[in-house]
Amino acid sequence: MIKELEDVADVPAVHICTVVPISKTVGANRIVPAIAIPHPLGDPKMSPEEEKALRRQIVEKALKALTTDVEEQTVF
Amino acid sequence: MAEIRVVHYLNQFFGQIGGEEKADIAPLKQDGPVGPGTALQQALDEDMKIVGTVICGDSYFNENTETALNKIIEMIKSYNPDIVIAGPGFNAGRYGMACGTVCKAVQERLNIPALTGLYEENPGTDMFKKDIYIIKTGNSAAQMRKAVPAMAKLAVKLAKGLPVGSPDEEGYFAKGIRKNVFHEKRGSARAVDMLVAKLKGEPFKTEYPMPIFDRVTPRPGVKDLSKAKIALVTSGGIVPKGNPDRIESSSASKYGKYDITGVYDLTEETYETAHGGYDPVYANQDADRVLPVDVLREMEKEGIIGSLHNVFYTTVGNGTSVANSKKFAHEIGLELKEAGVDAIILTST
Repeated sequence: MIKELEDVADVPAVHICTVVPISKTVGANRIVPAIAIPHPLGDPKMSPEEEKALRRQIVEKALKALTTDVEEQTVF
Repeated sequence: MAEIRVVHYLNQFFGQIGGEEKADIAPLKQDGPVGPGTALQQALDEDMKIVGTVICGDSYFNENTETALNKIIEMIKSYNPDIVIAGPGFNAGRYGMACGTVCKAVQERLNIPALTGLYEENPGTDMFKKDIYIIKTGNSAAQMRKAVPAMAKLAVKLAKGLPVGSPDEEGYFAKGIRKNVFHEKRGSARAVDMLVAKLKGEPFKTEYPMPIFDRVTPRPGVKDLSKAKIALVTSGGIVPKGNPDRIESSSASKYGKYDITGVYDLTEETYETAHGGYDPVYANQDADRVLPVDVLREMEKEGIIGSLHNVFYTTVGNGTSVANSKKFAHEIGLELKEAGVDAIILTST
């Protein structure tokens, strides 16, 4: 999906995912590692505030990836 | 001849521990065969015995690969095996990655042969087919009866050091190894034969398949985030409560697009996941854990991003074929282009 999205929409795309090796095999250009498979952008063990802060960190990293020029597959 | 000791690796499901709610269990071992191990034992030669089974939850393995792998190798080693068989993992992505990782580590660290069985679209296949023997299987456990004998047959050869045939003969994915053989016809004659067959429209088989480089050129980064329109797409199956378009929990045949104008937070009452390939409890409690609408709305308000695109796209990436995923992404990509989106965030579970 990630490759086709980037290619067809012709804009940078970032893949936030937990199993980074899969994303690499698939061919994503910008990859941001996530927390866990059932909750990639959260952690139910945290308080709601902490959890949202964690989510924000990951999204910030994804936005950084989207503003960065890359030549090859890059894990941020 | 002494008995050949076999260890079998399984996930929580085939290891009869439980479904997705048990996908986070740490490695454990059980003496003798478990689940599909019984059929495997019957298919193996009489002097081969499954002495133990090592089981690990798929999510646990993929989220804690180093720790899980070390523990699994230690457990495998405790049985003092001569060969390790993993799976088959069919089209289960996390399971396929686990089977491949375990087999590769067994070969490298324990110096004994290992093999698994996977479907061609399993990410574990591409990742490990050059390192280990992977028998080609169907895409679901319904194909177990075909997978087990093929895996057993190759396991016997590997364990006993018998010559292994070509990928076509044995049914494994080509490992990219070339063997020199004497052929009755010289190369030029074979090439002309192929050309003639091609011109006649007849089938022919190349002796040197060209690698396929399926890569996409990275697009340049966004220049000014504060003016950029960001779109959210997910394969994690987040849908409005009730799954109005009935997106399938696995092998999805469609995607959904949903308007989130005025939506600042995905709540338990309004959104859920349709995905059947992970424990849905956490996503159902708070779908922002998969699709971060709340945080992106905040950033929109703060002016960090220009805007969050008011439509999000979603499908279920669970045994969904590559062809379907590509088709969905193609259509979604065209719509996002039309909508003037500047960047895309795809989240996966």
